[in-house]
Amino acid sequence: MANQVQYIFDKENLRKSAPQKFKSEDLKREEMIINIGPQHPSTHGVLRLEVLAKGEEVIEVVPHLGYLHRCFEKHAENLPYNQVIPFVDRMDYLAAMNTEHAYAMGVERMLGIDKIIPKRVEYIRVLVAELNRLASHFIALGSYGMDIGAVTAFFWMTRDREHIVRLLEWASGARMLYNYIWVGGLFYDLPVGFEERCLEFTTYLKPKIKELERVVIDNKIFIDRTANVGVLPVDLAINYGITGPMLRGSGLKYDLRKVDGYSVYPEIDFDIPVGKGEAGTLGDCWDRTWVRVQECYESIKIIEQCLEKLKTEHKRTRDFDPRALAPKKIRPKAQDFYIRAENPKGETGFFFRADGRSDVPFRCKARGASFVNLSIINELAKGGLISDLVAVIGSIDIVLGEVDR
Amino acid sequence: MGLLDRNIQKGGIVISKLDDLINWARLSSMWPMAFGTACCAIEFMGAQSTPYDLDRFGIVPFASPRQADVMIVAGTVTFKMADRVRRLYEQMAEPRYVVSMGSCSNCGGPYWEHGYHVVKGVDRIIPVDVYVPGCPPRPEALIGGLLKLQEKIRRETIVAPKAIEKLLEEKAKVA
Amino acid sequence: MNFEQIVSNIKTSLGEEIILSTDENASPKAIIINAENLVEVMGFLQKDDQLYFDSLSCITGLDNGPESNTMEMIYNLYSIPYDHHLMMKVELSREKPVIDSLCSLWKTADWQEREVYDMYGIHFNNHPDLRRILMPADWDGFPLRKDYQEQEYYRGIKVEY
Repeated sequence: MANQVQYIFDKENLRKSAPQKFKSEDLKREEMIINIGPQHPSTHGVLRLEVLAKGEEVIEVVPHLGYLHRCFEKHAENLPYNQVIPFVDRMDYLAAMNTEHAYAMGVERMLGIDKIIPKRVEYIRVLVAELNRLASHFIALGSYGMDIGAVTAFFWMTRDREHIVRLLEWASGARMLYNYIWVGGLFYDLPVGFEERCLEFTTYLKPKIKELERVVIDNKIFIDRTANVGVLPVDLAINYGITGPMLRGSGLKYDLRKVDGYSVYPEIDFDIPVGKGEAGTLGDCWDRTWVRVQECYESIKIIEQCLEKLKTEHKRTRDFDPRALAPKKIRPKAQDFYIRAENPKGETGFFFRADGRSDVPFRCKARGASFVNLSIINELAKGGLISDLVAVIGSIDIVLGEVDR
Repeated sequence: MGLLDRNIQKGGIVISKLDDLINWARLSSMWPMAFGTACCAIEFMGAQSTPYDLDRFGIVPFASPRQADVMIVAGTVTFKMADRVRRLYEQMAEPRYVVSMGSCSNCGGPYWEHGYHVVKGVDRIIPVDVYVPGCPPRPEALIGGLLKLQEKIRRETIVAPKAIEKLLEEKAKVA
Repeated sequence: MNFEQIVSNIKTSLGEEIILSTDENASPKAIIINAENLVEVMGFLQKDDQLYFDSLSCITGLDNGPESNTMEMIYNLYSIPYDHHLMMKVELSREKPVIDSLCSLWKTADWQEREVYDMYGIHFNNHPDLRRILMPADWDGFPLRKDYQEQEYYRGIKVEY
């Protein structure tokens, strides 16, 4: 069903659709405009940066977004609550489980069934979400290593990510975009033998992360590239609405898994790593990366506790049906509702307005963590070198699907 | 020792069609442009990495369009991106090939109905050689698509195809 | 601090009539104010020692459709040190949706307001850089309005399937 090429070429097309903020006539002596992206390998997707530079020094960065705007909110307004979940997956495609979890939790709370969800379902949700958090951090660390010249990290991390992806494929049937967590339950129970295999994986993984820490994080070249670069003070971070590892890298112990204590997180013992400024200043790129690596250890801790519970207290039984509570018709009563949860990138929020008359949300707004985190890039990169700009982009850890939604 | 090596050792001459030689050279070093637009880019990255290892097919991602042979459109193409994709395609040197990876770039994918900002198929912007279905396609599927592209290149010829020659003759007759 | 205390704090400092009504059904509970008072109330909420809403989590625009002829702006506030939430709603007219920008208080408002402008065409006074953020600059219309009609062709490409 190949289409005809319909595109009408015009020289001015690019300038009309995404005009530059700076004009070359207004430039002062020695200043220049450098356009990075949207197909540049170090911009992690289709981010376009317009950089006003003076020699090698960055004066201002203007990000241009929207190259991956896939109309999530329009889809949410046109589809029933349960059919929105695949689109939620495609929003933050590196951490689909975490976003699904937030969304499903929000709809359950609106329906008032969040208290009666079986514990086994909740533990499985947390288990798969933490596995996915690991996978997301692996991509972040691997591609960050590649951005600043350490290709080894990328190959190691994709190798280990493949194990997680295959575990999740075993459970849900898909490699990246799962549609596994449903409103009121799960798509399916864990397959038989999953717990044992998953435990094997965590024992395999722990020395690997140590290895990564030794090779990348403590590497002198890595420290030279990231320490004292892109320093983010806490007050500025809060004013910009920054959340997640970026905020924790600046030294604030703020994690929604602890603060809100949703799902079964209060029953699980884990720490929140915060940046200490060991390599340079508190809140620099190195701290943010360090926090991500430490979070991998914490995720493994959570996974092991979940597996323990799933093997003893909330065992698999023959008559257990994870779909038993999934409502056939989802119609919450009229209300405004805001739910937030901790995504690997930060706070993912959903604002719902239900009108009480239909199965479709009247309005569903997604607050993307990457979108808000990215807005600080000008503050971080200003005054630095262009090579530091690349280090800053990588340390923010953006997913363009979530930035543009 | 391979057949080719033995032949070379005998007399140093290998007789082959020029077509075959050129096609063999083209298909064994298809350098794709390292650029991804959405979710499929992660699977594209996965295909390059250790478990799947695209390098064994001579497929090494290259960052600049000027030296790239293949453009893998990995993910949703939006209207804002359309101008860019077209510009990148035009920057590539001939012969150039396009692989459309994933449902979104094939036909709009899940965004076909309400996606006001999604181009319903990248083939409305640039001509496509191979379509790889899936949302996102597994790395195996992408490798399968690239092998299909190799087959397509293998059948190419530097002289004009017979059908076009016939058409040209007919046109000459009419004129 | 619970919702009643927050409301009474606002009323004692800024006057009784500043809060038009409250919505206890919403979660977190919401107060509804006039568009003119937005920056004043928000500034108070951010600076006051007992309330100290230092984080503006989410800004949502909303179109109620041509029948009711109104638009809404919804702000979700959170205080990190005190751990309390608040939702703030402002109603706007659909013919001329104008509201003051919060960029002077929270830098995070910059991009979120640009997104609302892009999707709904709500104009923000005193915004430093009000341009389209997600859609192309030469796109027609505001896509999330309820009566939005897709344009037929863009660059010669058919927009519909």
